[in-house]
Amino acid sequence: MRNEYLRLDRIEGPFVVLSEVSDAAYDEIVELYADNGQSGRKGRVVLLDEDKAVVQVFGSTTGLSSINTSVRFTGKPLTIPLSKEILGRTFNGIGEAIDGGGAVYSPSRGDINGRPVNPVARQYPRNFIQTGISSIDLLLTLIRGQKLPIFSGNGLPHNELAVQIVRQARIASEEGSDFAIVFAAMGVRHDEADFFIRSFEESGVLERVVMYINLADDPIVERITTPRCALTAAEYLAFEHGMHILVILTDMTSYCEALREISASREEVPSRKGYPGYLYSDLASLYERAGMMKGRKGSITQIPILTMPNDDITHPVPDLTGYITEGQIVLSRDIYQNNIYPPVDVLPSLSRLMKDGIGKGYTREDHPDLANQIFSTYSRVREVRDLAQVIGEDSLSDTDARYLEFGRQFEERLIKQGFNENRDITQTLDLGWHLLSIMPQEELDRISPEIYRKYGRK
Amino acid sequence: MAENKGIISMINGPVIRGRNMRAFRMREMVMVGKDRLIGEVISIDGDKATIQVYEETEGLKIGEEIISTGRPLSLRLGPGIIGSIFDGIERPLDAINRMSPGYLPKGIGLISIDEEKEWEVSLLVSTGQKLGPGQVFGQVQETGSVMHRLMVPPGISGTVVSVVPDGRYDLNQVLVVLRDDNGREVPLKMMQEWPVRTPRPVMKRKPIDRPLITGQRILDMFFPIAKGGTAAIPGGFGTGKTMTQHQLAKWSDADIIVYVGCGERGNEMTEVLEDFPALIDPRTKRSLMERTVLIANTSNMPVAAREASIYTGITLAEYYRDMGYHVAIMADSTSRWAEALREISGRLEEMPAEEGYPAYLPTRLAEFYERAGMVETLNGQEGSVTIIGAVSPPGGDFSEPVTQNTKRFVGAFLALDRRLAHARHFPAINWLSSYSGYMDRLADWYKENAASDVVDLRAQALRLLHEETKLLEIVKLVGEDVLPDDQRLILEIARLLKNGFMSQNAYHSEDTYVPLSKQYLMLKTISHLYSRAYKAVRKGIPISRIRDDKLFDRILRMKYTIPNDDLSGFDGINREIDRFYDELDAVYA
Ligand SMILES: Nc1ncnc2c1ncn2[C@@H]1O[C@H](COP(=O)(O)OP(=O)(O)O)[C@@H](O)[C@H]1O
Ligand SMILES: [Mg+2]
Repeated sequence: MRNEYLRLDRIEGPFVVLSEVSDAAYDEIVELYADNGQSGRKGRVVLLDEDKAVVQVFGSTTGLSSINTSVRFTGKPLTIPLSKEILGRTFNGIGEAIDGGGAVYSPSRGDINGRPVNPVARQYPRNFIQTGISSIDLLLTLIRGQKLPIFSGNGLPHNELAVQIVRQARIASEEGSDFAIVFAAMGVRHDEADFFIRSFEESGVLERVVMYINLADDPIVERITTPRCALTAAEYLAFEHGMHILVILTDMTSYCEALREISASREEVPSRKGYPGYLYSDLASLYERAGMMKGRKGSITQIPILTMPNDDITHPVPDLTGYITEGQIVLSRDIYQNNIYPPVDVLPSLSRLMKDGIGKGYTREDHPDLANQIFSTYSRVREVRDLAQVIGEDSLSDTDARYLEFGRQFEERLIKQGFNENRDITQTLDLGWHLLSIMPQEELDRISPEIYRKYGRK
Repeated sequence: MAENKGIISMINGPVIRGRNMRAFRMREMVMVGKDRLIGEVISIDGDKATIQVYEETEGLKIGEEIISTGRPLSLRLGPGIIGSIFDGIERPLDAINRMSPGYLPKGIGLISIDEEKEWEVSLLVSTGQKLGPGQVFGQVQETGSVMHRLMVPPGISGTVVSVVPDGRYDLNQVLVVLRDDNGREVPLKMMQEWPVRTPRPVMKRKPIDRPLITGQRILDMFFPIAKGGTAAIPGGFGTGKTMTQHQLAKWSDADIIVYVGCGERGNEMTEVLEDFPALIDPRTKRSLMERTVLIANTSNMPVAAREASIYTGITLAEYYRDMGYHVAIMADSTSRWAEALREISGRLEEMPAEEGYPAYLPTRLAEFYERAGMVETLNGQEGSVTIIGAVSPPGGDFSEPVTQNTKRFVGAFLALDRRLAHARHFPAINWLSSYSGYMDRLADWYKENAASDVVDLRAQALRLLHEETKLLEIVKLVGEDVLPDDQRLILEIARLLKNGFMSQNAYHSEDTYVPLSKQYLMLKTISHLYSRAYKAVRKGIPISRIRDDKLFDRILRMKYTIPNDDLSGFDGINREIDRFYDELDAVYA
């Protein structure tokens, strides 16, 4: 507990440069008090050079001066209190309670940076989670312990989709009582956060939700710590208490923008579109905190949400995310404009873990072939649509006309579904076969003869 | 020793600076701070030196000490490597998990292969014998499929003055003592050390003359990788880089596989750990794990060790090559390695070249890929290292620096295509933009080991695929119906080549790996179909009759219906082709 008056050399944006510092540790948390004030603001040591320390201040640096500020070095990284009491509570981006319910006290605290899981200690995720949403269950199957983001655009219904998943997904085990939701909001608008909170309330899960909220007008430095607090809580609940945790991280684009802003103010060499070169590693340090571990009961399933600037999937935020996560659910403006909810564009979407969680013993034996065929048929639909644009629908061959028909019905009947409509996997698979019956059999080259004999319809 | 301690004066993420560092050498391995974090000296300036640290620097303080180890970042080489999983600097992740289950602890220290484990050693030399660098003095059955040859380290030679009897020894026991030319005694153990950034010496390089057979049709038949050659697999996310690398690690006919997970997903390493032990190597009939070593520096592990992991992998590969093995190393992904270079370079405030990458990026890439090769080893054996590197271009755009510079230094370029991946055509290797520069040098091998006409069949297939692309441009504008029948036939045959030959399902038990003999017969059958159908077209028979659904469907599915171990079914299919077109000819005679 060293309370020191140090020389505060410089204040620049969110950074404070201190000198005559001794014994400071890299990444430790400091508390800064202005005018002998009682409540300190926190900061983190981001650079040490001889007796100088650069501290990144959470909250804001407003009101700090080079003569009025005292600094206390805590000797510890940023930690948050961990106990089951956090369920049902709301915190800010550095883990302080903001719901008026008072601080959470617990002897156990977790470093928000976590530790990398030893790859040897991971358990490969293989359990199917039914979301009741046909496009996801059939073609982009969610697996317990997976990190599967939603790539969306401004104004698209990603929040609705996330809420529908939260409401319908059976993430818990048979007993059903061992699940919880960790919700991290980074730079989202008040009304968006409210939408989530209201939906949690309406589906009666609020008691099982832990929230870490950093709204659009909250300090951006805390945007960096928000998901880390959330994932620390998730790891605690999953691996200390054996719970199945669904983590919603939204909006990852705001998170990355905050990272860019801070990087720019440190004058770091930028890489693409001004984002720092370490954006990939930084995102990985969040996304890799999903999964399952050998010998432990719980799991962390992550659904990060991001809005693609200009709907551009090659923008660094979706791009680097896709390189780390285990697939992506891509929402499309075109599909949405055709009045289809959820507007999932299945072709660029992917679930990398579905291969081990579907088929015989998991969903149904025909699932892999069926999904494969629908991807291939639907990708042909897109080509035929382009052709029809040029030569007109009437001039299409009979087979190509059937592709168009398949495309229409696939979007209208399988992709499209109500916000409150919950289809079970059998219903979804049967619907898939029904749609394929539009196509002549010789076009179904991804389906093995045995499966076709058993499930094919004419 | 006192002068060999530096003092930390600056900490900036994985990069730190020390003073009092005059006695330290460039590229020396050091231990940093009270947790003894492992680091490497990457620049020296008078009394100051910059160090990249292979572990998180959280909690490190100014004034803590930097301890010299007196040696460059090196690997311990000896039995116990195969079948294991190491981090980027050869620390065994299994042992670490036993010490500290679950999460990776801080300050792991310098641990490596298990030096206490005893192995059954046979000694192959006797006193009085002269031994030179690389010569084999003993051997250990390391796993069921790998005989580990104990070699005199490079640079050492002499006359054997003593040898222990065959028996069980650990890695530190002296097995053989040599007397060198200066009369000095040199003890030889099972274990030797080698600095990761220095290529291990060989007698000489040999020309490339045979393919790495992978069991993947599009590779073996169209774009072969040579043993001792290099290949890059660039592709945006989700296009199949990792799957392709896994397929190569599983099925290619190398003796040893070194798989480096460099800055990628933890679960992908877990998957290998869970799957490989249960998979059977078609050649040795033993578990694939018995020939595989994994290096894992996943994306959430410290970034500096990611940079080192590539060198750790290639050094292990060279070590086994020196025993006379054909080794293949997969690095997934080399882009993450390049990004690690960029990150360190940025923290050093070096002048960036393209897209923030340091100007020495091309040099580093070249140096890495040049460590591949078919060689005569120091002990006169033949061995090879084949390098297959995944590349992850931002936005899937191949014009970026890592893809472009890699392309300059590799012999085969397997371009993955987002459009194919979206249609779930796997492997999504684009047959137009991919190439193998090895085909000419491998032609003789293929003629001898596959069939005399295989090179021609390949050329014909690729020609049809190129034709198809041009035709599809027309179809896009006017539809397929207006094309003349000979061109429509090309579209039909190309469709078979794509869906029936090139696309290969890694998840299908029969299709995941296909022997060369079957690959050849598949191609031959499609070619036979084409020549019969083509003759029919020339006779003026309408394409609607020539393209028989049932016949084409049967050929499309031959990959599934004809088992890998019984290729007699091809006779039946070819007879059916002949029967069908004979009858058709008769109708139109
Ligand atoms: N040969 C293949 N057979 C079947 N599916 C494949 C094949 N290659 C890739 N895939 C599919 O593509 C997905 C992404 O492949 P992956 O290798 O993980 O991509 P990348 O490493 O390029 O991001 C896989 O999860 C799998 O569904
Ligand atoms: Mg990959």
